[in-house]
Amino acid sequence: MIGFWRKIYSKYDNVKAYTLLSPALILVILAMVVPMALMLSFSMFTQVSMMEIDYTFTFQRYIDFFQKNLLVTLLIKSIKISFLVTLITLITAYPVCYYIAFYVKKNKMLWLVLLTLPFWTSYLLRVFSWKIILGTKGVINSSLINAGILSEPLTFLMYSETAVVITLTHAWAAFALLPLYVSLEKIDFSLIEAGRDLGLSRFEVFWKITFPLSLPGVIGAILIIFIPTVGDYVTPALLGGIDGRMLSNMIQAYFGKINNIPMGAASATIMLTTVVLITIIVSNVTKRLTQRLT
Amino acid sequence: MNNSFIEINNISKHFEDVKAVNDVSFEIKEGEFFSLLGPSGCGKTTLLRLLAGFEYPTSGNLLIDGTDITALPPDKRPTNMVFQNYAIFPHLNVEKNIQFGLRKLGLSNDEIDKRVKGVLSLVKLEGYEERFSNQLSGGQRQRVALARALVRQPKVLLLDEPLGALDKKLRDEMQLELRTLQKNIGITFVFVTHDQQEAISMSDRVAVMNDGKIQQLSEPNELYKNPENIFVSDFIGETNFLKAETKSSDGEFINVSIEGLGEFKIKNNLNIAANSSDVVCSVRPESMMIAKVKSDWDICLDAKICQTSYLGEMTRFYVEAKGIDKIITVSSQHFDNQSFENNECFISMSLEDISLLNKK
Amino acid sequence: MNEKNSTLLIYTLLYFGFLYVPVLFLPIFSFNDANYMSFPLAGFTTEHYEEMWSKRNLHKALWASIKVGVVASVVSTTFALFAAKAFARYTFRGEKVSYGAIMMPFLIPEIILAVAILVIWVNLGFKLGLVPVTIGHTLFCTPFAMLILIARIEGFDFSLEEASRDLGENAWGTFFRVSFPLYLPGIVAALLLSFIISFDEFILAFFLTGSDATLPMYMWGQMRFVQKLPHVLALGAVIIVFTTFIVLLAFWLRNVGQGKVKKDIAIKL
Repeated sequence: MIGFWRKIYSKYDNVKAYTLLSPALILVILAMVVPMALMLSFSMFTQVSMMEIDYTFTFQRYIDFFQKNLLVTLLIKSIKISFLVTLITLITAYPVCYYIAFYVKKNKMLWLVLLTLPFWTSYLLRVFSWKIILGTKGVINSSLINAGILSEPLTFLMYSETAVVITLTHAWAAFALLPLYVSLEKIDFSLIEAGRDLGLSRFEVFWKITFPLSLPGVIGAILIIFIPTVGDYVTPALLGGIDGRMLSNMIQAYFGKINNIPMGAASATIMLTTVVLITIIVSNVTKRLTQRLT
Repeated sequence: MNNSFIEINNISKHFEDVKAVNDVSFEIKEGEFFSLLGPSGCGKTTLLRLLAGFEYPTSGNLLIDGTDITALPPDKRPTNMVFQNYAIFPHLNVEKNIQFGLRKLGLSNDEIDKRVKGVLSLVKLEGYEERFSNQLSGGQRQRVALARALVRQPKVLLLDEPLGALDKKLRDEMQLELRTLQKNIGITFVFVTHDQQEAISMSDRVAVMNDGKIQQLSEPNELYKNPENIFVSDFIGETNFLKAETKSSDGEFINVSIEGLGEFKIKNNLNIAANSSDVVCSVRPESMMIAKVKSDWDICLDAKICQTSYLGEMTRFYVEAKGIDKIITVSSQHFDNQSFENNECFISMSLEDISLLNKK
Repeated sequence: MNEKNSTLLIYTLLYFGFLYVPVLFLPIFSFNDANYMSFPLAGFTTEHYEEMWSKRNLHKALWASIKVGVVASVVSTTFALFAAKAFARYTFRGEKVSYGAIMMPFLIPEIILAVAILVIWVNLGFKLGLVPVTIGHTLFCTPFAMLILIARIEGFDFSLEEASRDLGENAWGTFFRVSFPLYLPGIVAALLLSFIISFDEFILAFFLTGSDATLPMYMWGQMRFVQKLPHVLALGAVIIVFTTFIVLLAFWLRNVGQGKVKKDIAIKL
């Protein structure tokens, strides 16, 4: 009998692979898939009172969501902020990766480690350090006032959308740097030389060869920055003020103070669906655009 | 000595819908140096891995020394392997690498020491015990891999293109050394290679494989002289194929009409059907003669040289012969291209050098 | 390309500045003898550091974070090791789907994971606390650990494992004598980095801890009070130094091993 099982086990890679995968997959199923399915069903219930939930199925929470101007506005604002953050992070990180991939000769790994190191320090603390910098009595304002350039602190720095965008761009840099670097590093330099040899200008070489070949990294970065930032909670809570509030702060409120779990669940579901849809669209459009470019 | 030691019975191995090994049966004798030869993807490595136990056959069974090993895991088989990339454990030194496989054999410490010393001297690696894999040359790694496998005294040693990673000179040396080693210790070797020269020069017998099947299994000189099909003829050495058609046959001999050459009566070793156009004739470049004047050989053709290439020990001529609409290759050790005026020449061949083969 | 590009170099250095300078303000102000974080600096003091010794709740939160971090990193690295091996070693049906599923917690907004776990946990009638936080952290760390380990295992020569089987070792013996020692630097790197991720994680903890605060939750609580900020700064500075040390150690470990393997391959070719 043991021989039989051993034979089955050794014979099929599928069986071996899934045996190895089972702990991780079971964890994902029990701790993510099932809870999310439950959350989805809760989004179709009704909160009757503080402690009581009516378990009849209804889509009313979704209708409520789109009828509440505040929620729709927050959703749009969340998406707008994430979109800006993704774009700015990509544009600012790209030249850095380009430099390291093509110009740095020695100790590339060291450069890369140094670039990603700040990412590992606590997210909360990084957000907090921006509070120190941007605050009304923070580093920028106090320095400028001390130097006599300003008499009143700049108020738009703190508790604003700008503050949220700057902080998130800083916080998510590593997630743009790594995939971009990996895809640029993979490019065979002789392709670029071939482009020059065939009469393309530096600019054309970049748009027709380098950029399209780095596209997997660009799309990867879009994926791992855009989706999580839409659901960011800490930054808007600490730095956003009223102007910079995002949908996740509202979701938190539904699960906390307001205590309307179905409504919170519905908002979370809508957030996730929108984000996934947008990501699919954005990465497709990016691909198309590049195809047209080349 | 001559009974079948390894029996391979109707072995097939399918990966999804690829038939890597397709219903193969043959036997290997004890103490034999046996080669599996073929182009990459022909199934030779899969067959070796089936013998080692890294793959299990889709159907069929394997016997070594009378024991069915089909379902045994690799660690329970009386075989050991020398890997293509040698697979020397990078975290262990040479000595520990060689001892690795002895732990489970229940030997005394003295016995282990003795065996390790013995095998180190066998592969001429004394003094390298403390070295690690990255401190060894390609040839030395190969010796460690060999020592590590032999120290377990397996019934069969499996070698997966062990010389492929070495440069040419070292490879020639190791060929000779491996062959001598095998004769001295008398263990059965199953050797996988894609290099026909290697297989022919080292082996007692060779199985030529293609598309998961054995194309021909015979002694090395037979492969060259009497290829059994068009694949073997093409794969072993070089050859010219000529269009042909069989006519009447009287059993031992058959009448063949060959493009540009005319009709001849030649030996029919492979029992090829009469009145068939599904056949082809093969003539080796080195069995033909190129000359300035006509010869009295069975066939002599007017020809014109299109191109020559000088190879050192011989010159290769690419010629157009009257009535044959393809370029024929002829090798000669006696002439070079200086010898011919206006590129005009005669090429001759004798009937016994023409082999008749089925197209499929 | 042998030419230099000074414009890009300057830009890159500025970018480094953008990444590092904000974080450096924490340690700077942690030694400042004032409650407000503004220039000019008021004077040097270590008082904010000394204050940490006396904070009972801080010690409790630290202990909670260590417990959660150790369990989450050990479990997630173990799961990730098996999974990484499966992906690096085998081709099988549903490979992409399985990979996507395991990577998913890394992609989905954390708040959604937090909320989903919250809903099921409360509805199962359990109390919020460190257990659901640990589950959430394990879920979140597994993809990270897996990425690190896959990078490690992909360069791994699987014929070494076959060689071990061929030399008479069974599957377990092969794992302990060959695979494990060779994976070890990667495993330790994965452990350290998962621990750091869990140690610093905020959102899952925010929704799931109930009354047992982890260290980031403790800091969050203190940040609301202006007079307590300097002490958060000191704590933050300590955490940053600690994290940096662990992360550099992890990177160093990863590269040490990797370099060896690469050299190995280079010689082979």
